[in-house]
Amino acid sequence: MKKKYLSVLLTAALVTGTLAGCGNSSDSGPGSSSEKDADSASEGKIINIYSWNDEFAKRVNSIYPEVKKVSKDGTVTTLKDGTEIHWIINPNQDGVYQQKLDEALLNQESAAADDKIDIFLSETDYVNKYTDAEANAAMPLEELGIEPDTDLGDQYTFTKITASDINGVQRGSTWQCCPGLLVYRRDIAKDVFGTDDPEKVGEKVKDWDTLKQTAGELKAKGYYTFSSYADTFRLYGNSIAEQWVKPGEDTVKVDPKIMDWVKTSKEWLDAGYFDKTVKGQWNDDWNKAMGSKSKVFAFLFPAWGIDFTLKPNWDGGDGAWAVTNPPQDYNWGGSYVHACVGTDNPKHVKDIILAMTANRNNLLKISKDYLDYTNTKSGMAETAEDSKTYKSEFLGGQNAFEYFQPVADKIEIAPLSPYDQGCVELLQNSFSDYFQGNVDFKKAKKNFETAIVERYPDLKGGVKWPE
Amino acid sequence: MDVKIKKSDHVRTVIAHVVLVILSFLCLFFFYILVVNATRSHSDLQKGFSALPGGYLIKNFLSVANDGTFPMFKGILNSLIVSGCSAAICTYFSSLTAYGLYAYDFKLKKIAFTFIMAILVMPTQVTAMGFLRLITGMGMYDSLLPLIIPSIASPSVFYFMYSYLQSSLPLSLVEASRIDGCGEFKTFNRIVLPIMKPAIAVQAIFSFVGSWNNYFVPALVIQSKDKMTVPILIATLRGADYMSFDMGKIYMMIMVAIVPIIIVYLLLSKYIIAGVTLGGVKE
Amino acid sequence: MKPKRKSISYSKWGYIFILPFFISFFIFSFIPLADTVRYSFYEFYRSGIKEIGPNFIGLENYKSLLQSDMLKYAGNTFILWIIGFIPQIVIALLLASWFVDIRLKIRGKQFFKVVIYLPNLIMASAFAMLFFTLFSTNGPINSIFMSIGIIKKPIDFMGTVFGTRSLIGLMNFLMWFGNTTIMLMAAIMGISTDIFEASEIDGCNSIQRFFKITLPLIRPILAYTLITAIIGGLQMFDVPQILTNGQGTPDRTSMTLIMFLNSHLKSRNYGMAGALSVYLFIVSAILCFIVYRITNNNDPDGSKAAARKSKRARRG
Repeated sequence: MKKKYLSVLLTAALVTGTLAGCGNSSDSGPGSSSEKDADSASEGKIINIYSWNDEFAKRVNSIYPEVKKVSKDGTVTTLKDGTEIHWIINPNQDGVYQQKLDEALLNQESAAADDKIDIFLSETDYVNKYTDAEANAAMPLEELGIEPDTDLGDQYTFTKITASDINGVQRGSTWQCCPGLLVYRRDIAKDVFGTDDPEKVGEKVKDWDTLKQTAGELKAKGYYTFSSYADTFRLYGNSIAEQWVKPGEDTVKVDPKIMDWVKTSKEWLDAGYFDKTVKGQWNDDWNKAMGSKSKVFAFLFPAWGIDFTLKPNWDGGDGAWAVTNPPQDYNWGGSYVHACVGTDNPKHVKDIILAMTANRNNLLKISKDYLDYTNTKSGMAETAEDSKTYKSEFLGGQNAFEYFQPVADKIEIAPLSPYDQGCVELLQNSFSDYFQGNVDFKKAKKNFETAIVERYPDLKGGVKWPE
Repeated sequence: MDVKIKKSDHVRTVIAHVVLVILSFLCLFFFYILVVNATRSHSDLQKGFSALPGGYLIKNFLSVANDGTFPMFKGILNSLIVSGCSAAICTYFSSLTAYGLYAYDFKLKKIAFTFIMAILVMPTQVTAMGFLRLITGMGMYDSLLPLIIPSIASPSVFYFMYSYLQSSLPLSLVEASRIDGCGEFKTFNRIVLPIMKPAIAVQAIFSFVGSWNNYFVPALVIQSKDKMTVPILIATLRGADYMSFDMGKIYMMIMVAIVPIIIVYLLLSKYIIAGVTLGGVKE
Repeated sequence: MKPKRKSISYSKWGYIFILPFFISFFIFSFIPLADTVRYSFYEFYRSGIKEIGPNFIGLENYKSLLQSDMLKYAGNTFILWIIGFIPQIVIALLLASWFVDIRLKIRGKQFFKVVIYLPNLIMASAFAMLFFTLFSTNGPINSIFMSIGIIKKPIDFMGTVFGTRSLIGLMNFLMWFGNTTIMLMAAIMGISTDIFEASEIDGCNSIQRFFKITLPLIRPILAYTLITAIIGGLQMFDVPQILTNGQGTPDRTSMTLIMFLNSHLKSRNYGMAGALSVYLFIVSAILCFIVYRITNNNDPDGSKAAARKSKRARRG
């Protein structure tokens, strides 16, 4: 009885909410009939997609052919057959996205059909946690009717390995592949090197030793090479030899490569090659370092970083930036699309995954519109050749794919573990105190150990440092 | 002698004014920056601070209003519902409890009173964990109800009401109404409540503000975007990587979150300040 | 016979009236408290999407908390509280005595009162968020300072222990000094004017008057302010949490106890969170007992105790 009363109250609250919400009301009434209707009779009416930003939503809204309209506030996309996609977006930082997702996954079985998660996204940093065979949160693609070897044959192999569980069963698929480049300011290059030609600048940054010399030149003219120590982390973090935490073990193993990063970062920061006021990434200071007033020469970004982060923060005109080869090949990010176990819309989910991650034409369109490096080997070979179609106004008419492609071909994904995100985040936090001179090296190590145990109580073995 | 006192008083008056102006400046300055920045665009803000407002007020406002991933106005509505209901039931039931303990004699009266005084100082956070599990078990996780119902038991409001009753409700009045044949509930609602109006008004304002500003419990309980209250939305803002590129919008959101409270405050400032005093004198 | 029955029937109403309060307390505070205490003896947390436990482990959680940085966080909490509280109480005393001093001709008293109370109403989270953006290295405060030439290079407020703690202290101060001022003002106004007049005849100056008369007479309310401030300080959460994004940076020097509790709750570590809650409960109980004793002793002329006694006598 009490529960009934509560639910009435709740419904009342919900109704009030809907009335007040702006433009949420959908017109999924009768009349929107298509040949798919009979087919999708058993399908639910709402597809819930969990993500941490609107990147995927934007791509779906502009590329997916079944899209009919997008609500004004961007939270609901209506498909041609009347099915609605509800975008549930929570920020990545501080683990908020995963907490919310985990909570929803735990309730997946008992949730009402329209509240069940149908698709969720994950990043390379924690994709492993969700593709875990035992956890069984992401559905094997074969169960959806997608044949990884044939349907996804044109995808880069490393993306397929990344999205597979320990038994090699692929449980996710991505539309992007994230080879990283060095993006630099043309005006600063001209000022310091006398040229902004990508080939020549590329020579100046081709490996760490050369780059260090170049950093000295930049410093002499009052410029910073990169904005912060966090910018270079990926290059080291991607080349670790072993997982942070091996399966079945409860010890965090810090790779020597990570300690190299710590050493170099401290050295570079003290030498004035980084902007001291920028601490880490994804904050206001970092954004400002991408503005025209900043003295930062370059950023290390994959394709999405240029379009999604650099571009909105640049307050000058087009053509001010250019890309060239990075000092070390690396991969940064990659958003994986997973079908959630228990989805009530398997057909729609299959269709979305195939259209968004395996359809060559759609992927090339994404590459063209968003400068995204997409997950099609043959397509990307084409973009690297076709400088007319794929030149970027923002990069002053440069064809970035020409530089992305060789990096992509060489990427080998670092071994993953479900704890990667926490380890990376906490390590950067702990050592940023050390870089700024707030604590000594020993204390930073200890702080990392403390933070790891607080975040992951099951890692009882503590932290093992190299040597 | 007389002249000397006057002179030193004069100096003290000047000092007092200087200190007050500095403190008021501190209090208002941050809001001024907030308002100015809320009127400027992201790229203006990138260029540095300017004391003059820009022309982006309406544009920033619209971009806040139209952002579905960050439903500010829905958040304000949720906050209004939660704070309004909490204030209402909290003051009503606290008055009821205070009246029950004040006007009646019964065996457990003393124990009940001492008990409430003892829990007065218990920090809410220590029960947070069990609270979270409890409401999950009751199916109230991710709903606004657990933010409202527990305010029935607010020891501090009870204590305030109790002191107020002591000073302003003669028991003879209750007797008189009984003789007139009023039932106990009717006596409370018709006679006692009107007498308590000033105290209720003050506590209603305080519990409204307290609940409007509460962050800890809602942050644990609320899961979905469309049920979030204003403080959680503000906190999400701090951790939001996906929208940190528009600072103008961020300033605007903060402004939208605090302006309603400031308006209410300015309208009611007389009562609020009197209310703080009322509470102070009672202790 | 008759009156007795009457009183019985009324006492029933007493129980009825206080029932909602106690039911609500029992459900929403007592059960959770018991649950919290129970799970503090278990190993119970979530790893990824899997739940571990509950396994009974006795006092293990309590022990490992003592070995963790909990005491450091308790120290942080105390420091952050004290650097806000001392200026708060000093300024509040000063302002309160000025406001009630009729010989000071303060213009716009009402305006000042309204303004200094204003920050108290702003939600701590919005306030902290505001400070975070204002004081960031490339934020408005730095650019103002640089444009008027006070500093050449931007100050990294939140990169240093001193800067972060000062900011938190400043926020707590700004949020609470107005409230305290108005409360103390009310207390001072409650002092009979005769006493002040007498002191003037005796030749007291304003400073002597403040320390010899005002201060001792408002001691009860000072103690009340102290209790509420201590409880508020122990619960400090919103401001440092949002300012440092839950990290308590730098070097965990602005991590408070409740932030620590919150991080366990967020990672669904029920066992550890339970044990920490129990510690917190004990500490707040002890603090309150101490302050309660002090307040009771701070009754110089015994009038308060006498009044209480007579009230009890009347009721009993």
